Amino acid sequence: MTVADLTSDSNLGGGRPVGPGGPALGFGHRSRGRALRNQLARVVMWTAFVIAMVPLVWILWSVISKGGEMLLDSQWWTNSQRGITNRFVGGGAVHAIQGTLIIGLVTALMAVPVGVMTAIYLVEYGRGRFAKTVSFTVDILTGIPSIVAALFIYAVWVTTFGFQRVGFAVCLALVLLMIPVVVRSTEEMLKLVPNELREGAYALGVPKWVTIVRVVLPTAFSGIITGVLLGLARVMGETAPLLILGPYTKNIATNLFGGLMPTLPTMINQDRTEVLQPAVDRVWGAAATLILLILLLNLAGRLIAHYGRPRT
Amino acid sequence: MPSSTAVSAADELPNPKGPGPFLKDRVTAGTGRLGDRLFGGTARGAGVLVIAMVTLIAVFLLSQALPALAKDNVNFLTSTAWNVDGTPLQFGIANLLWVTVLSSAIAMLIAVPLGVGVALFITQYAPIWLSRTAASLVDLLAAVPSIVYGLWGLQVLGTHMDGVQAALQSLFGWFPLFSDAGIGAASTILTVSVVLSIMVLPIVTALSREVFAQTPTSHTDAALALGATRWEMIRTAVLPFGKPGVISASMLGLGRALGETVAVMVILSALANDTSWSWSMFNGGETFASKIANNAAEFDTPQKAGAFMAAGLVLFLLTFLVNAIARVVIERRKAFIE
Repeated sequence: MTVADLTSDSNLGGGRPVGPGGPALGFGHRSRGRALRNQLARVVMWTAFVIAMVPLVWILWSVISKGGEMLLDSQWWTNSQRGITNRFVGGGAVHAIQGTLIIGLVTALMAVPVGVMTAIYLVEYGRGRFAKTVSFTVDILTGIPSIVAALFIYAVWVTTFGFQRVGFAVCLALVLLMIPVVVRSTEEMLKLVPNELREGAYALGVPKWVTIVRVVLPTAFSGIITGVLLGLARVMGETAPLLILGPYTKNIATNLFGGLMPTLPTMINQDRTEVLQPAVDRVWGAAATLILLILLLNLAGRLIAHYGRPRT
Repeated sequence: MPSSTAVSAADELPNPKGPGPFLKDRVTAGTGRLGDRLFGGTARGAGVLVIAMVTLIAVFLLSQALPALAKDNVNFLTSTAWNVDGTPLQFGIANLLWVTVLSSAIAMLIAVPLGVGVALFITQYAPIWLSRTAASLVDLLAAVPSIVYGLWGLQVLGTHMDGVQAALQSLFGWFPLFSDAGIGAASTILTVSVVLSIMVLPIVTALSREVFAQTPTSHTDAALALGATRWEMIRTAVLPFGKPGVISASMLGLGRALGETVAVMVILSALANDTSWSWSMFNGGETFASKIANNAAEFDTPQKAGAFMAAGLVLFLLTFLVNAIARVVIERRKAFIE
């Protein structure tokens, strides 16, 4: 895309007159005003990019400078907050990290099969109105605010069935948010698989479903993994469903079906209004840990996407 | 299908194999062997499940909101009261709607021009070595969790908002939108809007960048061959081509801004129930989402929960509408290109 633009830029840039094209018909003589406006637009676009980078650098800097130090302490990665009050330094975030990972894993286990199968339906089978409706619904699901997903699960889990607020309910809400991400990325990857591969399999008499499972999915595998990792990165940072369905605790907890479930977002939320320095440090430490976790997932996703593209 | 709702979409559920699609299904569903039918059925089942989820969201929210709405003593749409504890039950969404719409509108005013600028930079201006990196860096903004945005907005950005607020008030203070509401500059609607604009920037940029990159080279080359400057080429070829994409991207961003919960909840200072109405962007308040999240611990009676479900339902409908518009705009563009 940019190659053509750049080459054409080379005979045009810097307010020089148009070269071999001769007198231009559509745009008239190139006056100084036009050249000036062209330069101005260039400056504006560069400025827009620089402005967009300001918050990114600023946020990362704030989080690292305020919470990065906590991550260097080995205690942070081995201890929970059990018995530690606002006034005292110490304790770790292992309970919250573990909770976030457990919830993310269980969410993925539910969301990935549904998401991948929906994508397979849309690409390999879907024709006509029903497929259009499914595709439209996935778009709507993409846009559903996390708080609405959480309210819905609350209405089902707590109000209708009368269960407690537990980790598993959080997972259910997150599944709703993760499915559309998995569907869309898997869809893109399946579309990239060349039709010749499918036709070759059919020509050898391989049934359609075996073709999908043994030929199409392996070809698109790394792309699907990327989608799953990006989806995980999205749901692990979600806080709203946790506020409504997953109350925080300072202790290590592993039971998704009973008791409280600590996570990094709720750990931040718990102490965010504190003014005592040890608690403030821990809030930013948890924020740094959460960002680190999500960046690692993103990075892993991108690396897999880069090195594992379907080769054709 | 602009008027299609979650409920009407599910009308197709009871009879997914109409006489029309059935024939086509035979063609696309493979050889008709058991494995093929099982696998195809499972794939179709996943699609049904997705439709069922969206339908159930609407049905459940509606069914739990209706009893509370029936007992509501004030007009749900125009009242500013929120008294869900005692009797008489009173709750209205005028305040929530105003704060939600105002904060998102300001956010879009900032994010759309900036996002389009960044997208143009990435596709048209950036040197080739910077182009991909720039795109990934902007995408990184989407990876920051919303609670971190909230924390940063309140404790870091908020401390720098005093000057902005003072400047805006001294310039436009006569206009109700800019009047002083006596809230600390860190916790105002304006601060929320700035943070929201950063959060939707990657969405607006990503989609705009995609459509700008698709501009046919024949268009851009033709403009350049006619002697257009780079900027004139963008104005006459890239922007008209990408306009539906930009509209659609803005709508998706708007949907995100309307529904953002935690960042808003952390930053915006909630007001007491009897606070008088203010149009100001320097006011506090609550959006639909932050109202629900702020009171998450209080859903103890069906009546109370119902009131919040009603607020959630309005938010659901708002985002549904906005996303449906985005989808329709992009679909029409697709039809136009193909």
